[in-house]
Amino acid sequence: MSEHLVDIQNLHLSFFTPAGEVKALNDVSLFLDEGEVLGVVGESGSGKSVTASAIMGITADPGRIVSGKVIFNGHDIGSLDEKELRKIRGKEVSMIFQDPMTSLNPVYTVGNQIEEAILLHTEKNKQEAKERAIELLRLVGINEPEKRIKQYPHELSGGMRQRVMIAIALACEPKLLIADEPTTALDVTIQAQILELIMELKNKLGMAVILITHDLGIVSSMCDRIAVMYAGKVIECGTTDDIFYNTKHEYTKGLLRSVPNLYEEESSRLIAIEGTPVDMLNPPAGCPFAPRCPQCMKICLKEMPPYHEFSDIHYSACWLTQKAEFEEAGKGEE
Amino acid sequence: MMANQDILVEVQHLKQYFPVAGSSIFKKAYVKAVDDVSFAIPRGTTLGLVGESGCGKTTTGRTLLQLYEPTAGRIIYDGETIFDSGLDGKKVKANMLPYRRKMQIVFQDPYASLNPRMTVGDIVGEAIDIHHLAASREDRRDKIIKMLERVGLNSEHANRYPHEFSGGQRQRVGIARALAVDPEFIVCDEPISALDVSIQAQVINMLEDLQHEFGLTYLFIAHDLSVVKHISSRIGVMYLGKMVEMADSNEITFHCCHPYTKSLISAIPIADPKISRASKRIVLEGDIPSPVNPPSGCHFRTRCPYATPLCAEKEPEWKEVSPGHFCACHHLDQVK
Ligand SMILES: Nc1ncnc2c1ncn2[C@@H]1O[C@H](COP(=O)(O)OP(=O)(O)OP(=O)(O)O)[C@@H](O)[C@H]1O
Ligand SMILES: Nc1ncnc2c1ncn2[C@@H]1O[C@H](COP(=O)(O)OP(=O)(O)O)[C@@H](O)[C@H]1O
Ligand code: SF4
Ligand code: SF4
Ligand SMILES: [Mg+2]
Ligand SMILES: [Mg+2]
Repeated sequence: MSEHLVDIQNLHLSFFTPAGEVKALNDVSLFLDEGEVLGVVGESGSGKSVTASAIMGITADPGRIVSGKVIFNGHDIGSLDEKELRKIRGKEVSMIFQDPMTSLNPVYTVGNQIEEAILLHTEKNKQEAKERAIELLRLVGINEPEKRIKQYPHELSGGMRQRVMIAIALACEPKLLIADEPTTALDVTIQAQILELIMELKNKLGMAVILITHDLGIVSSMCDRIAVMYAGKVIECGTTDDIFYNTKHEYTKGLLRSVPNLYEEESSRLIAIEGTPVDMLNPPAGCPFAPRCPQCMKICLKEMPPYHEFSDIHYSACWLTQKAEFEEAGKGEE
Repeated sequence: MMANQDILVEVQHLKQYFPVAGSSIFKKAYVKAVDDVSFAIPRGTTLGLVGESGCGKTTTGRTLLQLYEPTAGRIIYDGETIFDSGLDGKKVKANMLPYRRKMQIVFQDPYASLNPRMTVGDIVGEAIDIHHLAASREDRRDKIIKMLERVGLNSEHANRYPHEFSGGQRQRVGIARALAVDPEFIVCDEPISALDVSIQAQVINMLEDLQHEFGLTYLFIAHDLSVVKHISSRIGVMYLGKMVEMADSNEITFHCCHPYTKSLISAIPIADPKISRASKRIVLEGDIPSPVNPPSGCHFRTRCPYATPLCAEKEPEWKEVSPGHFCACHHLDQVK
């Protein structure tokens, strides 16, 4: 029995495309405890959304879990059928996305859509559902909710649509909210509102949050722990302070170095990560970051670095941090 | 900014109003996308423009290039007035062809801005052809390859199509196309917004190198103030079609005075937990109002924590609060 709220164990998930197998997740292990906020960062295509969907028991065609396990709230997600999964989704775990327009139905009013979520998962009747919908809109900071429930999604601004999505996601007070780039399409001042709302609701309702983003600034202020993904692997994971101040993996270091610092008086040249992101159809052998890594060694090109633990919760997969083991392997080679 | 600086590009009281589709012909409604904006960019420097989506950044850039005919205002390029709606009575509309070569644009979306049916070589070559910059076929080919190499691509790439490239590489193609005609001034409209963090720094570095190498002048548009601050010498902050504050980059970052700029800066997530945990965010109430029907007086008053009845009655004046630092707000003495 796992004691974590989410416990992903050695998950391998591939998309079997006509062009070949895309190993979207390559041995991902992650956990999340109740009430915790975990940030997941990484570039486009690194596997953030696929990981999140796997927790919900969703794998888009032609994808398949090849091996490994996802345990959520005591359920072994892989062993459940669609009907059982539907009971969990929306009730125990909810997800919000980057573009609320694609998840909201344009032909139904905002009220209809929130009420539907409530009716699906609770014993409430229509009138009670309507009252709850108004209460939820108020909870997510929408003024005049009695008026808003009669409106259609296109009549709302981007920020308000995201609030509506959050209201739907929270309809049944889930234990886990997965937010997949929830503010990428929003302006910074609206982003600040939504992020503050998510944190406020988390504190009020005591739910856990997985926050997927490519913005290191967002995770720095909101998350307890951060997982950094690259090419379908969690290459480093630790507390927010571990990741920012005790950085171990060369990719994480590169990422942190490459963002401009607003508060430096003299702009110094940015330190870019050279090269291009991994072609997931033809990933390199060994460490996936090797072709772009300034510290790349011989062994990096051949063998996938194993995880090394720096503490109970800080680990990374990089040969450099494992000098001792590396020397061992190097001896064997020569 | 010094009065004796060599100004390459200047706009005065620039306006760009778009008619609202479906509005009555008797009482036409307009989106005042750019409403009385003025600035000057010294040669070889970068002016950054920031603000939330729909505030008029792109429209400012495109109007300045006269991709849209300005509704009103004056545009001065390298000392020549190339457009004047008659601010002092005299109308000017210069032939833009010679200026098209000198003034280029790089777009936000490297996917949409490149013709999918043209090879990368022809995309870069097209600009060279339009302005008759190649003496011969060999010369054309040499120029294309030189440009591709300059932006970190190579001669092999010339025969490939845009879809064969990653986002960052496509943005390099867009930059090569702009550079191929030997411009002096480039409007960079969100050139890195569509790119991954690890690729953004590559493109920023390249734009900076090219600026030094060719003495280029940029108007750099982005919504990410950290990036704009990094690349710009001066920054203008826009809100609903108006410029609300303008100053040197460090001045804006450390001593901004407009309430909107303050909230914008405080809303930027800082990638340093010690700083971001300690800093207090000013979270603005409410949404950005529609530009079709902006609030009276100061456009920002519906979200401004300092607003008074005066702000609804009267538009604040554009004042110089310290040398080179301009701001439009009635209550600067109260803003903290
Ligand atoms: N339906 C699908 N068919 C084939 N491959 C897919 C599918 N969905 C995802 N993939 C592949 O799985 C990998 C991980 O995708 P995922 O969407 O999780 O990335 P991400 O990090 O969330 O990216 P982004 O930031 O662009 O959303 C990528 O290589 C992607 O191309
Ligand atoms: N061709 C057009 N026709 C009508 N309205 C437009 C047009 N281009 C822009 N607008 C409007 O002008 C305003 C400013 O737009 P834009 O300059 O594109 O904003 P941004 O700062 O996001 O680049 C917006 O309200 C936009 O909808
Ligand atoms: S394993 Fe090698 S190539 Fe990979 S990040 Fe570490 S040093 Fe770089
Ligand atoms: S003029 Fe008034 S509303 Fe506008 S920014 Fe200043 S205080 Fe706020
Ligand atoms: Mg994604
Ligand atoms: Mg724009």
